[in-house]
Amino acid sequence: MSLFSVNKPLEPRSRQLVTISSFVLPILLWCLVSYVPFIWHPEVEITSPGSVNYFREGMLVNKTVFNAESDKASAAGKATPEGIPANPIYLPAPHEVLTAFYTSFTTEPKRSSELWLHESLWSSIQVIFYGFLLSSIIGIPLGVLAGTYDFFSRLFEPFIEFFRYLPAPAFGALAVAVLGIYQAPKIAIIFIGTFFQQVLIVANTTRKLDPALLEAGQTLGANNRSMLFRIVLPGILPDLYRDTRILLGWAWTYLIVAELIGTSSGITWFITQQARYKNFDNVFAAIMMIGILGLTIDLLLAWFGRRLFPWQKAN
Amino acid sequence: MSESTLPDYRVQSDAVRDRFARIKKRPVTMEVAGLSKTFQSRHGTVTALKDINLTIHKREFVCVIGPSGCGKSTLIRILAGLEQATEGEVKLDGKVVDKPGPERGMVFQGYTLFPWLTVKKNIMFGLIESGYDKGTAEAEARQWIELIGLSRFENSYPHQLSGGMKQRVAIARALANKPKVLLMDEPFGALDAQTRSKMQAYLMEIWKNIDVTVFFITHDLDEAIYLADRILVLKANPGEVQEVIEVAVPQPRHPEQFLSPEFIATKKRLEELIHPPKQDDDEDHLNLVRMVPVNDEVGSVF
Repeated sequence: MSLFSVNKPLEPRSRQLVTISSFVLPILLWCLVSYVPFIWHPEVEITSPGSVNYFREGMLVNKTVFNAESDKASAAGKATPEGIPANPIYLPAPHEVLTAFYTSFTTEPKRSSELWLHESLWSSIQVIFYGFLLSSIIGIPLGVLAGTYDFFSRLFEPFIEFFRYLPAPAFGALAVAVLGIYQAPKIAIIFIGTFFQQVLIVANTTRKLDPALLEAGQTLGANNRSMLFRIVLPGILPDLYRDTRILLGWAWTYLIVAELIGTSSGITWFITQQARYKNFDNVFAAIMMIGILGLTIDLLLAWFGRRLFPWQKAN
Repeated sequence: MSESTLPDYRVQSDAVRDRFARIKKRPVTMEVAGLSKTFQSRHGTVTALKDINLTIHKREFVCVIGPSGCGKSTLIRILAGLEQATEGEVKLDGKVVDKPGPERGMVFQGYTLFPWLTVKKNIMFGLIESGYDKGTAEAEARQWIELIGLSRFENSYPHQLSGGMKQRVAIARALANKPKVLLMDEPFGALDAQTRSKMQAYLMEIWKNIDVTVFFITHDLDEAIYLADRILVLKANPGEVQEVIEVAVPQPRHPEQFLSPEFIATKKRLEELIHPPKQDDDEDHLNLVRMVPVNDEVGSVF
């Protein structure tokens, strides 16, 4: 069967293969650029400085500079420098990043006041958790109310609709002024970034509940209270869960901005610090850790959701 | 059967005439008086229903039939209390209906079972609402499940059931509240022909054995004649009562009656009322010309 049939699922074998390629291809590209010397490699790592007095062993120089110095030295009949093609320092090779996944955890912080990587990660997770929890505790009930009762919809939604266009990072300075420089303003940024979208999305999800179910409930004698708690809430629960998963993903994207506010902290602090020391392998590892952490949590929630709502059609 | 030997659809045997006389002596369950419903649309006021009058007696089976757009769904929704009439009123046992309530059970075409509840819990829903404690409600629900023959499925979710089974659960869910009237809005419209006739038989069985009055909307002529004591024929624009037919087919009904002279005579009358001989200005027709050459391999399908 063709790989390109419109709106037809692939055969299981090819589907698996394509899914794996989704990750393998970018990594393969990275490997090519890193390990094949004649692809890119714009710099030269000096193995022997020869007669060039400012070259040092292990130093990275631009290929044109290296060639010019090498020509000059050979013209003067002096010892020529030697080196191997290399990539810029900001593109470490895959194996270096892979090792960094381990070594970044075992590298001692430069100063005793600084945090280990696992402590930084834990701080980030806490910021996300509290920001998102706070947003959900307030946002989901408001969203359900707005989706159920026209009164609350008119009362909340126009203002929220306006507020959600204000970029959350814009509140950084304000958050610091009000909440201090530590975790609180960061949590506030996550909250602002999530909350307003959450109310609107939850309200929309609530409105999408089949009105026939509400009518059926009415003809079965359900009063206003039961309609909300015995029909609306259970009816939207699977969609609410899915919305929450998606919004949690958004919350992660606000993390870096949030952590730059006040005293830089968490994984963001780690990344900027390591970039300052030019440990780009650690930087890559840390960035990937965010992705892996986010994806893992999402997959866990998805797996959990399938068990949580057995009445949903398997699709 | 040739047209000339077909009896008039109004001719009733003695047994049928006696039965209708007895029905009319029963207490009135539902009364619809001077009911009208108008909507405001962009093109002005639309009259969906106009001056509907109807008296339904206890345990009577009334079908409503009419062309699409005749407001039959609006009518049943007003009876259920899901919509308000513009004029006139609906009374159930002498009390004016103004909002939905469990004494008027409703069965919808789209099943409307709560997908997050099992069969048993769906049936328990209304019982809990009317104040039964969990144990009693569960016992009641179990009985209903037994009655509709779905004991094996009591803990199944609606998506695991076939359309016919879903509708059986929906009927049981409405009946568990012991409604005075069972309102059914094209309940079997989404079912295939075979399941549908099975469901019709089930419904007759339920109606025979349970103290309930049935108000049933359909667009299927056979279904209306097969099920109804009386058929209310509506016409469209505006939705008015065209005729109320007392079905002359004797009760109890059975499928062989589909070919009886009374049945065919009634069906012929309904056909005339609902699909009157069409004028030429019907815009809804195809404009086909012959596109196969006469000397083609198959020149004509006849």
